[in-house]
Amino acid sequence: MRAFSQLYEELDTTTATNLKVAAMSRYFRNAAPADAAWAVYILSGRRLKRFIGPALLRKWLIEESGFADWLVEESTSTVGDLAETIALLMENDESVVASAPDIPLSTWIAERLLPLRDEPVERQHDEVMSWWRTLPYRECFLVNKLLTGSLRVGVSELLVTRALAEVMEVPRSEIARRLMGDWIPGESYWSALQASDGTVNADPSTPYPFYLASPVDAAADIAVLGDRDKWQVEFKWDGIRGQLIRRQGQCYIWSRGEDLVTERFPEIAAAAAWLPDGVVLDGELVAWRNGVVQPFNELQQRIGRKKVTPAILEKIPVHFLAYDLLEQGYEDLRTLSMRERRARLEALLANAPAGLGLSPVLTVESWEELAVIRSEARSRSVEGLMLKALDSPYGTGRQRGAWWKWKIEPYSFDAVMLYAQPGHGRRSNLYTDYTFGVWRGDEIVPVAKAYAGLSNKEIEQLDKWIRSHTKEKFGPVRSVEPTQVFELGYEGIAASTRHKSGIALRFPRILRWRTDKPASEADTLGALQAVLETHSAAGDAVDADAS
Amino acid sequence: MAPDQSPLVVATGRGLYCPPGDFYIDPWQPVQTAIITHAHGDHLRHGSARYILARPGADIARHRLGGDKGTSSVDYGVRFSVGRTSVSLHPAGHILGSAQVRIEHEGRVWVVSGDYKRQPDPTCAPFEPLACETFISEATFALPVYRWPPTPQVVGEIHRWWMSNRERGIASVLFCYSLGKAQRVLAEMLAFTEEPIYVHGAVGSLTDVYRRLGVKMPPTLSATTERKVDYRGALIMAPPSAAGTTWMRRFGDHSTGFCSGWMRVRGDRRRRGYDRGFVISDHADWPALIDTCLATGAKRILLTHGYSDALTRYLRERGLEASALETAFGAEE
Repeated sequence: MRAFSQLYEELDTTTATNLKVAAMSRYFRNAAPADAAWAVYILSGRRLKRFIGPALLRKWLIEESGFADWLVEESTSTVGDLAETIALLMENDESVVASAPDIPLSTWIAERLLPLRDEPVERQHDEVMSWWRTLPYRECFLVNKLLTGSLRVGVSELLVTRALAEVMEVPRSEIARRLMGDWIPGESYWSALQASDGTVNADPSTPYPFYLASPVDAAADIAVLGDRDKWQVEFKWDGIRGQLIRRQGQCYIWSRGEDLVTERFPEIAAAAAWLPDGVVLDGELVAWRNGVVQPFNELQQRIGRKKVTPAILEKIPVHFLAYDLLEQGYEDLRTLSMRERRARLEALLANAPAGLGLSPVLTVESWEELAVIRSEARSRSVEGLMLKALDSPYGTGRQRGAWWKWKIEPYSFDAVMLYAQPGHGRRSNLYTDYTFGVWRGDEIVPVAKAYAGLSNKEIEQLDKWIRSHTKEKFGPVRSVEPTQVFELGYEGIAASTRHKSGIALRFPRILRWRTDKPASEADTLGALQAVLETHSAAGDAVDADAS
Repeated sequence: MAPDQSPLVVATGRGLYCPPGDFYIDPWQPVQTAIITHAHGDHLRHGSARYILARPGADIARHRLGGDKGTSSVDYGVRFSVGRTSVSLHPAGHILGSAQVRIEHEGRVWVVSGDYKRQPDPTCAPFEPLACETFISEATFALPVYRWPPTPQVVGEIHRWWMSNRERGIASVLFCYSLGKAQRVLAEMLAFTEEPIYVHGAVGSLTDVYRRLGVKMPPTLSATTERKVDYRGALIMAPPSAAGTTWMRRFGDHSTGFCSGWMRVRGDRRRRGYDRGFVISDHADWPALIDTCLATGAKRILLTHGYSDALTRYLRERGLEASALETAFGAEE
C-alpha cells in the first residue's frame, strides 16, 4: 500500500488539477491491476461500509496508547479526525517501519479488511492492534480511514476519468461509461476498463454517463444560440432524471445520483417490459395524473420510500417521459445526432403503454414565443425549457454547448451543505441552521445561510445525518462532509464585500433536499455571478443585513 | 506562609517577575532589568532599560533592537548577582543563544525554561536539564499527537520537494521563522547540498549574524533585489509574513512549503493553504516535555503558553504538583 499512500499524499498536498492527474496516471501505470482497480474504486468516491465503529476504535486507542481517556479525547478534538489521531499517537519508529512488509492495496482490502467483518471482536482487536504497532504513519492513517468507512480523496470523478483515459488511451467518454454502475474491483475489472473493444461491462444493468445541460438565459444569449431551427426545444421537467434500461429480458432504472432505483418505480419497470431488448432511454420520472405532470413535491413523497405500497402507487402514480435513445438493439447510439436519435425514439415509442411516454417537442417558431411559454412554466409544473442542438451527439457530463437549460424565475440554485449549527429554543438540540456553498474551481465556497424550508421530519433526518457525518467541530458549529445537495431559492442577489463569495443573497431558503444529486452537480459561483450581472442592472437591491 | 516558601518567580501584568532579584524575564512591557531567554519578538520587546542575555543571544538581540540599547551578555553557566539572587543562564536548545534562567535564592533554585527543544540542532548548544525545586516550562505543543520526526529526515523531504519542483521548472518557496528556524534548516541542508539558497531580506540579515557567530550554512543569495533573477528551480526561504504579498510575484509559478510543528496535523496543513507542510519545530514535543519536567527533579512545575492545561493535568495525574501560569507568549511558529 506504500505506493497508494504516496499517491494519497500527492493528491492531498496540491490543488493543481494537472498535478493530480499526473500523480494518478503515474500510479495507474505502475500499479498491479488489482491494486489499480481498488484505487479507482476509492478515488471515484465509492466507499466500503465501515468495519469498526469509532467508539470501539477509541476504546482500543486508550488501551493501546496508555493515555487517559481525557487526553485521547483532547488529542482527537485538536486533530479533528479519529483515524489521524490514531496514526499520530501510534506512530512507529523508523526501525519498526523499515521492517514492515509492503502489503499491496488489494491484499489489504480483500484479504485483511473484508474478512474482518465476520471475525469475533477479540480477533478484530488483535488484528487491528498488530497493524497499529507496525504500520508507518500514512499507511496507518489510510487503514484507519478504511476501517471507519470514511476514506475520501480530494479528486473529482472527472479527474480520475482523465487520468485513466490518458493511461489507457481509451476515450474519456468510454472510461466514464465503464466507471458507471456496480462493479467489483479486481484484475478482471481493470483489464475490462482498458479493453479496446466495447464489450466491457458484461453486467446488463450498466448505465451510460448522463449528459448534463448547462444553464442559459436564451433571451439574453440569442447570439450564442443562433437560429431557432437548430434547436430541439422541450419542457424542463420537474422530476427525477432517470435512465431506463431494458437488456437481457430485465429492466433497470438508474437515477442521476447513480443509484439503482428500479424497485421504487414498479409501474415503470412493468411498462418497460414492453420495450424490445437492448434499449436504453434517457428521460424524466415525474408524478403524473390524468395525463398531466404533478408538482415535484408529490414525487418527493415516493422517492424516500424503499417499500412502495399499493396505496402509494395509487395515490402518486409515476410516468417516465423519455427524451433520448442511447442504445437500440444493443448498439450505442450516442454518436448519432439528436435529430436522428429523436426520430428513432419517436418510432420506438409510437404505441407505448401507460407509464411510458415521449417528452413532447415544442414547435413554436420564434425565440420570443418560447420566452412566453417559459414564463408560464410554473403553471405547467415544469421548470423551464430545455434546448438541445439537433446536430449534436449525446455528450458526457456537463459539456457546454449542445444542451442548455433555460430555467424559470424565481432564482434557485443547487448548493452543498458545509456547516450546521443548532437552532434556538425548542430547536436548540437539533441542527437547523445551515451554511451552503457552491463550487469555485475545485473548492466549495460558502454563499448562503438558510434555516427555513424543510419539514420537521426532514430536519430530524438531516440532524441525524449531520451528527454522523461531522468532519470537525468549532464550538457549536460542525463542518459536515460536503455531499448533501439542496436546492435553495432566493429573492435577490447583490455584490457584497462582506462575504467571501463576493455575493449576498436575499432571503435564501431551502426549496428541497436533492437526495438525487451528487455534490459534483451543485451550481458554481460563476453561475450565481452571471445571475448577478444580469440582474444588478435591473436594480435588484439587497438589504445589507438581510443575508 | 513561611518566607522560604515565597515564589521566586510570579506572573505580573508586565511579565514573569522575580521579587528577590527585582528583575523580569522576557517582559512584555518596558522594565528596569530584563533577563531575556532569546531574541524572538514575543520574548524580546523594545523599551527596557537593561537587557541581559547569553553571549550569542546578545549579538542577535542587538541586531533586533537596532543597537546596544543597554544589552549585556554573560557566558552560559556563569553565576552573576541580580538583587538578592544569584542567576545563571544555561543552553535551552531553542535557537542560537537561547537560555534557561536559573535563579538561586537562600538555597532554593527555580528554573525558567524559556522556549526549548531537545532535538539536536547544529546551530545552537543543546539543552541541559537543571536540578531545581520549581521548573517553569513552556507547553506550546503539549499534546501527545505532537512528536517530531528526526530533523535530517524532514530536511531530506524538503530537499526532495525542492528537486521535484526543479524538475517541473518552478521555484520552491519555503516559509519559516526568519530567526532560528531558517538558519537551522539551512545548516541541516548542508547534508544534502552546498548550492546557494535564496533568502528574503528578513532571513538574510539574521543569517549573516549567525554566520558571523560561526554557524556553517550553504551560501545564501538575496531574493530582495531589484535585479531580474530567474528563480526557476531555486529554493527561496522567507518569513510566513511574506506569503501573499506582492514580493512573491517575482517567483512566477512556484510551490510553497511551511516549516512548523503545527504541520504535524493534517487539518492544520490544509487550513494554512501551503502546498507542503514540514514538521520542524524549535519547541519541545510531548515526550521531550515530559522527560524534561521529570529530569529536573522539580517538586513543582509551572506551565506557560500552549496546551498548558493538558500538560498540567497529565503531570498531576503522575503525582507532580503542576499548574498553569498566564503569560502573553505567542504560539506562532
